[in-house]
Amino acid sequence: MTLQHIEQAASLGTPDSTTSLGTDFLRLGGRAGIRFLSRYGVLIAFLAIWQVSSSAGWVNAAVLPPIDMIVAALWKGLAGGTLLGDIAISLQRAGLAFAAAVLVAIPLGLFMGQVRAVETALDPILQVFRQTSALALYPVFILLLGLGEASKVFVIFWATLFPLLLNTIGGVKQVDPKLLEMARVYGARQLTVFRRVVLPGAVPSIFVGLRLSATTALLLLIASEMIGANKGIGFQVMNAQYNFQIPLMFAAIVILAGLGLIANQALVSLQRRLCRWSNAVD
Amino acid sequence: MSSTSGGQVSIRDLSKSFSISGRSLAVLRTLNLDIRSGECLVIVGASGSGKTTLLRILAGLEAADSGGVAIDGKPVHGVGAERAVIFQEPRLLPWLTVLGNVAFGLEVRGVPKAEAEERARFYIALVGLAEFSDAFPRQLSGGMAQRVGIARALTVQPEILLLDEPLGALDAMTKIGMQEELARIWSEENVTMVMVTHDLEEAIYLADRVLILPKEKGGAARLIDIDLPRPRERSESRFVRYREELLREFGLR
Repeated sequence: MTLQHIEQAASLGTPDSTTSLGTDFLRLGGRAGIRFLSRYGVLIAFLAIWQVSSSAGWVNAAVLPPIDMIVAALWKGLAGGTLLGDIAISLQRAGLAFAAAVLVAIPLGLFMGQVRAVETALDPILQVFRQTSALALYPVFILLLGLGEASKVFVIFWATLFPLLLNTIGGVKQVDPKLLEMARVYGARQLTVFRRVVLPGAVPSIFVGLRLSATTALLLLIASEMIGANKGIGFQVMNAQYNFQIPLMFAAIVILAGLGLIANQALVSLQRRLCRWSNAVD
Repeated sequence: MSSTSGGQVSIRDLSKSFSISGRSLAVLRTLNLDIRSGECLVIVGASGSGKTTLLRILAGLEAADSGGVAIDGKPVHGVGAERAVIFQEPRLLPWLTVLGNVAFGLEVRGVPKAEAEERARFYIALVGLAEFSDAFPRQLSGGMAQRVGIARALTVQPEILLLDEPLGALDAMTKIGMQEELARIWSEENVTMVMVTHDLEEAIYLADRVLILPKEKGGAARLIDIDLPRPRERSESRFVRYREELLREFGLR
């Protein structure tokens, strides 16, 4: 932004200079390049430093292998299909849990946000549950549900439920009462007020919850797969480390980061579509 | 567009008090008033005189302690389709366009979307915002947003338009333009207008009659006829005299 301004100011400062088509193209290209660098420059520098220090032997390449080796391991895992099965099972666990959390938290949150008595009655227990680490409860879930899929999905569900539930409740409660009164003046009935005022008003906050929950889902996914799993990305991270396949371990970590970015990006673009009226995404 | 002959309001022995930290505070004491059909009545009064409370009772948003309001002979209980309210804030739904907001009042009353939008377009044009039909509220200035609120109220074609300091939040220049617009709308729409303001000049510019609510206990409400031809001229000597008369009522001159 600032760089652009400086450039504009510079070109405004020389109104008599005859700019040819060629320099225009150069300037446009330069501007795009600057924009790209200002956004991704630090990331690129980080990867470059990693690559150089690992291949030059400044750090232990056995622990921090060079980027090209990680990419090669990633490619091998994906093209060879060994990692695909892990991705599938991990997506299934996180996806099931996330979907269940959405199905429970959003309707429940909308209801709790509307009915004061329900919210008052449930808030203390919600606060206690929320403050209890889901990871600490994982052994409990294992005792109750066994060491199979059910306890894994449930612990992810449990952890993703609360950010979404609390943000949905918050979204409903923060809808401007003046707007509710306005709708009432025009004779809107309860259901219409809910559908036309409360629900759209709560959407931005629900999306905050969705994004928090998606992040939490991936976090808990890995934790749950590190205990008693024999497949999944989280399992691969641990397993590759045990077997000292460090490039493979990093490849699994890269996949995780990728999944997180994709999930967040999907939610952001969905939010942009649903909330065209507000430019306050992010 | 609407040509109704209703919109007559009678207020009988209306009283309302609020309890503030255990103490009962009367804001309206046995008020009696008849508002004529098609009249523009402007309510002024010091803060705490109950002018907004009176308007909210007329709107059906608050109930009186005793006494009551009847519109065209029918007692008022709650909100009603023959009344529309314009608030100090535009109260637009940020996720709807200007068109969506203006059509909102009709849509929640069950008017089909296409018909509601057609009527909304007429009133959007009436307040001079035709080019902004597809804009979202955040893209509008304060004055424009309030015009949208006014258009939304007009679209439901009420017999009585209740305005609660509608121009109170606008800057002085915009305000004068909007006062002229309200005067024009009132004369074109043949609607009974009841408006609360703290701006005495605004009251004289718009009102057929000004109702002054007393602040102190035992004081009586007073009505002043504004007998001036329209459109009114703010610098005219009779206008200025009315202004002085109102200022005296408030003990300011």
